[in-house]
Amino acid sequence: MGLGSLASRTLTSSRILSSQYSRFRPIVTKPGLQSPDASSAAAAAAQPEPTPPPPRKPVGGARVELTNPDDTIEVFVDGFPVKIPKGMTVLQACEIAGVDIPRFCYHSRLSIAGNCRMCLVEVEKSPKPVASCAMPALPGMKIKTDTALAKKAREGVMEFLLMNHPLDCPICDQGGECDLQDQSMAFGSDRGRFTEMKRSVVDKNLGPLVKTVMTRCIQCTRCVRFATEVAGVQDLGMLGRGSGEEIGTYVEKLMTSELSGNVIDICPVGALTSKPFAFKARNWELKGTETIDVTDAVGSNIRIDSRGPEVMRIIPRLNEDINEEWISDKTRFCYDGLKRQRLNDPMIRDANGRFKAVSWRDALAVVAEVALKVKPEEIVGVAGKLSDAESMMALKDLLNNMGSNNVWCEGTGTNPNADLRYRYLMNSSIAGLEKADVFLLVGTQPRVEAAMVNARIRKTVRASNAKVGYIGPPTDFNYDCQHLGTGPQTILEIAEGRHPFSSAIANAKNPAIIVGAGLFERDDKDAIFAAVEAIAKKGNVIRPDWNGFNVLLLNASQAAALDLGLVPESSNSIDSAKFLYLMGADDLNLDKVPADAFVVYQGHHGDRSVYRANVILPSAAFSEKEGTYENTEGCTQQTLPAVPTVGDARDDWKIIRALSEVAGIRLPYDTLAAIRSRMSTVAPNLLRTDEKELAAFGPTLSPDCTQKIDSTPFKAAVENFYMTDSITRASKIMAQCSAMLLKK
Amino acid sequence: MLARLASQRFLEIRQAFRQSSQAYRSFSTALNYHLDTPDNKPDLPWEFSEANKAKVKEILSHYPSNYKQSAVIPLLDLAQQQHGGWLPVSAMNAVAKVIEVAPIRVYEVATFYSMFNRSKVGKYHLLVCGTTPCMIRGSREIEEALLSHLGVKRNEVTSDGLFSVGEMECMGCCVNAPMITVADYSNGSEGYTYNYFEDVTPKRVVEIVEMLRRGEKPPHGTQNPKRIKCGPEGGNTTLLTDPKPPPCRDLDAC
Repeated sequence: MGLGSLASRTLTSSRILSSQYSRFRPIVTKPGLQSPDASSAAAAAAQPEPTPPPPRKPVGGARVELTNPDDTIEVFVDGFPVKIPKGMTVLQACEIAGVDIPRFCYHSRLSIAGNCRMCLVEVEKSPKPVASCAMPALPGMKIKTDTALAKKAREGVMEFLLMNHPLDCPICDQGGECDLQDQSMAFGSDRGRFTEMKRSVVDKNLGPLVKTVMTRCIQCTRCVRFATEVAGVQDLGMLGRGSGEEIGTYVEKLMTSELSGNVIDICPVGALTSKPFAFKARNWELKGTETIDVTDAVGSNIRIDSRGPEVMRIIPRLNEDINEEWISDKTRFCYDGLKRQRLNDPMIRDANGRFKAVSWRDALAVVAEVALKVKPEEIVGVAGKLSDAESMMALKDLLNNMGSNNVWCEGTGTNPNADLRYRYLMNSSIAGLEKADVFLLVGTQPRVEAAMVNARIRKTVRASNAKVGYIGPPTDFNYDCQHLGTGPQTILEIAEGRHPFSSAIANAKNPAIIVGAGLFERDDKDAIFAAVEAIAKKGNVIRPDWNGFNVLLLNASQAAALDLGLVPESSNSIDSAKFLYLMGADDLNLDKVPADAFVVYQGHHGDRSVYRANVILPSAAFSEKEGTYENTEGCTQQTLPAVPTVGDARDDWKIIRALSEVAGIRLPYDTLAAIRSRMSTVAPNLLRTDEKELAAFGPTLSPDCTQKIDSTPFKAAVENFYMTDSITRASKIMAQCSAMLLKK
Repeated sequence: MLARLASQRFLEIRQAFRQSSQAYRSFSTALNYHLDTPDNKPDLPWEFSEANKAKVKEILSHYPSNYKQSAVIPLLDLAQQQHGGWLPVSAMNAVAKVIEVAPIRVYEVATFYSMFNRSKVGKYHLLVCGTTPCMIRGSREIEEALLSHLGVKRNEVTSDGLFSVGEMECMGCCVNAPMITVADYSNGSEGYTYNYFEDVTPKRVVEIVEMLRRGEKPPHGTQNPKRIKCGPEGGNTTLLTDPKPPPCRDLDAC
């Protein structure tokens, strides 16, 4: 108050001053006043040059590639000319021009429905506003998105949509990230005129993952189109007509598809939400961390939303090459396993067989003591499914320094061969599978092993009617697939040309063969690979412009392990092991471990192997550490820590580094950068994040194989999709899913 | 004043709730989702009868072989006639198998059209037209008469399973309003008839019902003995002769 009066006093005083001096106006000369010629020149110069309109950036993630100059047309969006390829819709043209058009039913990865009418824009010479998502842009079209007509249309559509929409915002999980909320604030009017009774709809039971409140549904049919097109299960449909329409399955049917969680992202309102996440948090409370999923070998890009020390939910990130915009149910809902059965203190098993929590100093001292007493050939180390590259590098270095080379990664089999990278990577890359027109799946069930790869295959089969042949135990696919056989005999038949499918491969432009990593466990693996390579040679599968020979790995750690050279010297070193170092290895068969072997388990969950362990060293899970993972196509990606780790747990590689110090064989790296530089000496591609390192050589270098093929039919590599590693086995949601959603 | 408006509105809402529990004016006979009952379960087997299998083949021949899906409506109609006027879930599944689509696509079609009954109807399904032309000619009284005579509510089946009453949209006999339709499901798909009974009165409609109950076949068409089809009582007053030829044979010259 006082300051204000001071300020006003200074203003008035300055006004007095200015009024005093305002009688004296300074005389200024202008160029136009100096001479007649100068005045005309000044008048001409005074007109500003028409500045070109500022370039507009495409909005909404839109990208345009004008590959064919004959095919480009020019349209005008709000007066701004934009060049687009022929066939694009008006909405896409507006996105390229930087104008975001509101929409509910349109989704760039689904077919066009055109039933929400929110995308109406005005097009010159058109009698009515036009549904921009469905109207193809014609050359010279003048599109106007900010006129009174377009605005009135949007307000009207929004009013209609909100008519039967319940006032659930306070109790709706989608609040804060709801398309309806955002678009009604941006494009709707401030009041409605509906005074009748609103309709309500019965909730449907879709399973333990998707919570439905169907009264909130605005009938955009995105979920129906997703289920039909992307997930391949025709379960959802639009029943009834008019305002009594209901989305449902008609008969009570649970959504058993492995991609069912994606309808939660797709639904623009709170009709389909995440059941485990229901009422837990609002989206503005959550901190998002962009990391990578490790429950399978695809390395889907995810964003972990956490609140404080707790992971609240996992949602997908866009990555066109790997997982597009989807993630599998296992990836999405495994996070509650991160909160159960966690190892948080180092433990030593005492004489009674019970575990006792000890300090790090004591635990490491005990381990080091035993390790130094044992003979080098009796030391064995096994890396687990979820191990990152840094920890595997440290493990290998430690064991090598102790004199042993018996270190391998789970899932790579008894006799892994890391010499030729093309034999354990997806050489056509996941996005490259879209170019294939014939698929041969050997001993792999992509639907349960890598759901995103399966989604990509389905996308290809839908788009170009690709043929798929499958060799393995009977499974169900969500695309048309010929079951060619169950065992290696069929591979030999195709290789020799005796099988009808060999002609399909021969006539294909881009044949793709996908071999499952479950075959690594077989003894005749080399013979099978040789037979598959014979098929590849005959069908011209591996060429300079197209490499269709693919291996689909099962674990997130396999590719990095083989790149780092985690290849054991002998295949049955476990039988004579006296010191076994399990770094997160829970799916190992520990029956053959001698009774007097000293087993160290370093991991984050008390899963299977802890029962045999003598010492437990707690380590961080993938959501709590910064680690490098390589996915099945050879793309290196990094996880970032989203939440702090539990109790006294540490990063895997740091534990090994500490152990090496206590054992007297100090490893030469103290920081993350240092261990990464050590990794770069072995596998430099592991430092180039988000880049794929393709295999350099093909079968020309592979040695001849003299093994005999064993005719046992192929086994399914993944028994239970929902429970494959220590995190998912500890998860209650995954337990509910495997109880309710698996096919009996 | 606000309090008065509020109490007025409260009374309106209470009235609306009361109304909705009574004669629920719905246009389809069932809900948009399936509830298992002992005679309507997905695992009950259902097949087209031998005679109908031939009809199915004939229906499918009307459509291109790669668009078998187009035959969904005639096939559902045939299935409904075979099953006595309504479609159990297993019949819809059987039709889905014939046209090679997922069952949900057939459920979508069956729930869209109100003439596909997804819950039990009587052997004689009586449909009263309730649209404006019939209504102003007294269709509400016809419906009253039927419902009170049979002792059922709308979309309910009598206890002997013979009759059910439903409302139908305009069936195009506005000249002969009011009218009812009798869908006769008593003889399966061979004896299926769908006949209009027009110019009915509340008394006549009860007579028709009793004739049907005795198994007779009442004459369909206009129930007014003085009318012939849609002509006026006492015979046509126009169109008594052949139509006059055009005034000029050579229309181009005129």
